[in-house]
Amino acid sequence: MSANFLSHYGGEIATLTVEHLWLTGAAMLFATAVAIPAGVWLTRSPRWAAPIIGVANVLQTIPSLAMFGFLLPLPWLGERAARVAIVALTAYALLPILRNTYAGIQGIDPALIEVARALGLTDRQRLFKIELPLAASFIFAGLRTATVTCIGIATIAAAVGAGGLGELIFRGVASIDNRLILAGAIPAALLALAADAALGLLERYFRVPAPDRAP
Amino acid sequence: MSAAIEFREVSVATVRGKVLLDRIFLAVDAGTITAVLGRSGSGKTTLLRTVNRMIEPTGGEVLVQGSNVRDTELIALRRSIGYVIQETGLFPHLTVERDVALVLEAEGRPREERIRRSQELLAAVGLDPDSFARRYPHQLSGGQRQRVGVARALAAEPDILLMDEPFGALDPLTRTEMQDLVKDLMGRLRKTVLLVTHDLDEALYLGDRLALLSEGRLIASMTPEEFLSSDQPEVAAYVRAFHRGERSATAEEAR
Repeated sequence: MSANFLSHYGGEIATLTVEHLWLTGAAMLFATAVAIPAGVWLTRSPRWAAPIIGVANVLQTIPSLAMFGFLLPLPWLGERAARVAIVALTAYALLPILRNTYAGIQGIDPALIEVARALGLTDRQRLFKIELPLAASFIFAGLRTATVTCIGIATIAAAVGAGGLGELIFRGVASIDNRLILAGAIPAALLALAADAALGLLERYFRVPAPDRAP
Repeated sequence: MSAAIEFREVSVATVRGKVLLDRIFLAVDAGTITAVLGRSGSGKTTLLRTVNRMIEPTGGEVLVQGSNVRDTELIALRRSIGYVIQETGLFPHLTVERDVALVLEAEGRPREERIRRSQELLAAVGLDPDSFARRYPHQLSGGQRQRVGVARALAAEPDILLMDEPFGALDPLTRTEMQDLVKDLMGRLRKTVLLVTHDLDEALYLGDRLALLSEGRLIASMTPEEFLSSDQPEVAAYVRAFHRGERSATAEEAR
């Protein structure tokens, strides 16, 4: 990529990167706000776990271009492309977070839950002092998967005019300009890698201390 | 002496009607240790767990310090009773210091008090606070973990302790050390202890009274001396089983 190209497109790449981050970030916030409490709730009402995780699973299988297409004609949502994009991305981010929150808490040794109850911890204290900390690295692993997925799918949001780095990719495809495609794809890939690494660190940080195992 | 724990016709049945405990009458005097013996599945743990309402009896009532446990607020009841279980009881994500004072943390006591109490208790169970307070359970041996478990059970200064096979997973030597610790500590602190074990040696050494359960029924409740000399068939069978190793060893010597 020549200096000329970068000086011409640099500003736009930066703007679109910010837009991309904003779409992904907003979707991740919504998804986290919904999926972590929902995952916790499922551990309290396990009979709902299979159907609800099933629904999130089905959402996950809808092709992203089709999802954007479905949402576009809806009232209010369809008025702004960014709204459509954020709702769709939220839908994709739900499953990994929900599933990992649920599995992370369900996977805790039942004896520890027993002890927490027997010591006289309230339900709330058990959740915040025992269950969430013990499940934290699992939950972060879910957030990590969801974020990377969202950054990837957000490139498709440009198809409905929501902006983001996908815009360069779509334009590059339309004008058969590989440089433009790369100008969208490379920053998107770097974003995904950076998010993956950052959340990976958090995941490690919250890992429950355990003995070194023999290799 | 008044009973610190009293079981009055306590029964527990599963929803499908399997009887786990069948009309148990048993009084545990304040400041004494009662060892509950029996085979696996005889209802020992179930009995223990009715005291802090981890299991609700389907019949009869459990009294702690004279009042029905059902009338005590659940959280307050559990915080007022120490609880020690086998091996897995420590939280892997908490330092020893924080785990020991977890009940105090749950009660919202200030940090300085929690740390002070943790240090006191660690010292009381024979662990040097300076070297152990900051460790995680995986950095402790089995015996050290159980010491921490005992310290945690004492944190809120309960009058009553429930111990469910606390030393079952330890090697024999460590187990005897722990038994000495508990005997010494409970004797000094005058705690009332209900100890579930299937180790007759442990029961005889620690127990002021021995209670034997079989298939949910209380077969015997007697002093260690009475237990050893009892001619009640189930009790005698238990004692015989316990002496087996001893007798074959003496037989070898006599040869």
